[in-house]
Amino acid sequence: MIENQRRPYPPSSLWLDVWRQVRRNRLAVLGLVILGALVLTAVAAPLLAPCDPHEMNLSAALQPPGSPGEPGTPGRILGSDELGRDNLSRLIYGSRISLQVGLIVVSIAGLVGVTLGTVSGYYGGAIDDGIMRLVDVVLAFPFLVLAIAVVAVVGPSLTNMMIVLGGVSWASYARLVRGVVLGLREEDYVLAARVLGASDWRIIRRHILPNCLGVVIVQATFGVANGILAASGLSFLGLGAQPPEAEWGAMLSAAKPYLRQRPLMSIAPGVAIMATVLAINLVGDALRDALDPRLRS
Amino acid sequence: MQRYILRRLLFLPPLLLGVSALTFALIHLAPGDPLSTQFGLNPRGMEPQTVERLRAQLGLNEPLPVQYLRYLGSLLRGDMGRSLATRTPVSQEIWARFPATLELAIATQALVLLVAIPLGVLSAVKRGSLVDALCSGGALLGVSMPSFWFGIMLMLLFAQNLGWLPSAGRGDGTLAGALKALILPAVTLGAGLMGLVARVTRSQLLEVLSQDHVRTAHAKGLAPRWVLVRHGVRNALIPVVTILGMQAASLLGGAVIVETVFAWPGIGRLAVNAIWRRDYPVIMGTVLVFSAMFVLMNLGVDILYTLIDPRIRYD
Repeated sequence: MIENQRRPYPPSSLWLDVWRQVRRNRLAVLGLVILGALVLTAVAAPLLAPCDPHEMNLSAALQPPGSPGEPGTPGRILGSDELGRDNLSRLIYGSRISLQVGLIVVSIAGLVGVTLGTVSGYYGGAIDDGIMRLVDVVLAFPFLVLAIAVVAVVGPSLTNMMIVLGGVSWASYARLVRGVVLGLREEDYVLAARVLGASDWRIIRRHILPNCLGVVIVQATFGVANGILAASGLSFLGLGAQPPEAEWGAMLSAAKPYLRQRPLMSIAPGVAIMATVLAINLVGDALRDALDPRLRS
Repeated sequence: MQRYILRRLLFLPPLLLGVSALTFALIHLAPGDPLSTQFGLNPRGMEPQTVERLRAQLGLNEPLPVQYLRYLGSLLRGDMGRSLATRTPVSQEIWARFPATLELAIATQALVLLVAIPLGVLSAVKRGSLVDALCSGGALLGVSMPSFWFGIMLMLLFAQNLGWLPSAGRGDGTLAGALKALILPAVTLGAGLMGLVARVTRSQLLEVLSQDHVRTAHAKGLAPRWVLVRHGVRNALIPVVTILGMQAASLLGGAVIVETVFAWPGIGRLAVNAIWRRDYPVIMGTVLVFSAMFVLMNLGVDILYTLIDPRIRYD
């Protein structure tokens, strides 16, 4: 009898479920498409860019969009910048830096934050107190202000900026993961594993961490978006990517003096940043809805 | 209630101690001789004996913990050293620019409260309408835009093309001029926060409006407007207050960027200029003041909480 009944749902796993939910969200699909296009652009930048993003030509500086290039060179679809470099090529290469910065910042923050949060929640006691007071102090600083101060001291560069942004944003991961671990630690299956003689490391690896994955992924997705925003802000202030690097925030700050003459030079990098961050936020929203059991339909 | 506030106030000193320890560590991480990074002296052009004497005089030969205690002692007296560039006390420099930053912060908060909350309420009440769609879209763009770019775009439109508003500075000294100069920076700084607050207000209000006490209020014949205000909005605003507290940090960080874009003579601009000049005492002073402001803002939000939500009792 039972076998003849049609199963209400096809067989599923958590991740298949999440994928189905995300796919049903039209905005999230839009985000995924934009993000996919960006990743492709970043990977295929040398093929897509009409010119070398660093090649200067002072005699062809600040050309308007759509101007023809010199004989034998491609036209300047988005014009050229104050040093005669091709704006479109710089924009295309900029996607590499932004995506890379977002991923590296989140990797650093996630690695440090999840490790400390897990240790803090699992072992409790004095370790927990110590780590959580450290988290309090780090969170007592306004994030961007602290990043600015540290970069100012260690010296502005793309690498330093990524390390610093990761180094000041781990605390929220630690607090989040600690909260989850605190609850998981009391689960019966953890007790069962312990009774069976599993080591702490095995329990953490097999039973604790996989159950934290959901919240960490959601937090990390928004972390990539915020990392890209913060990085472009720091680069705009001259504290991140240094010339001649083709970074969107740095391009904006270079374009600002020519706002009246060449507004597109200021508009284009901003649109690129916004599209990237928006796409990631859309995907993050959908992931949060799909991974939060309370919001599941 | 009073006990709770007292407890929170007791938590303040250790937190500020941690903050000061971090800035102290940062000062000592700065590359170069402390004589030049902290006091603006040039040890290379001096006799070795003079350098030694100065080090001893300024306490640079003592162990780091002792130096930290001395640093802490001078902080407590309001002494944050002197700017390497202008030789004026850092506290004086910061104090001179404090009103501009405060003005910007207040204008931004007012904008958020007066625009974002009503928009959130409107889109919850007219759920699914065009207004709702526009608000959601705007909110999403608001949190995804880099604020400095949004500021430049506003400048392009309202200052350069239309010529309605000034693009930099604090105005011409008249009240109208000052208010006009304030609009673009405040909108720029508030854009992200407005998006967030509108979104949270909407989702919270929708949740509150589906609860039993709202149905009861309708059933007993209370005018719909009063149901919305007294039973809906009032309850929905509690998480909004949390958001405002949590976002205080991004507001302060954003102020650094927005003040740079609009040449607004506040603490953020002071910090950025100090970074470009490697003026370490000023950098650390501004970081310290920003962090102290942040800690105090969060304390204020926590206390505000107990006032608006009678269910919360901290004892």
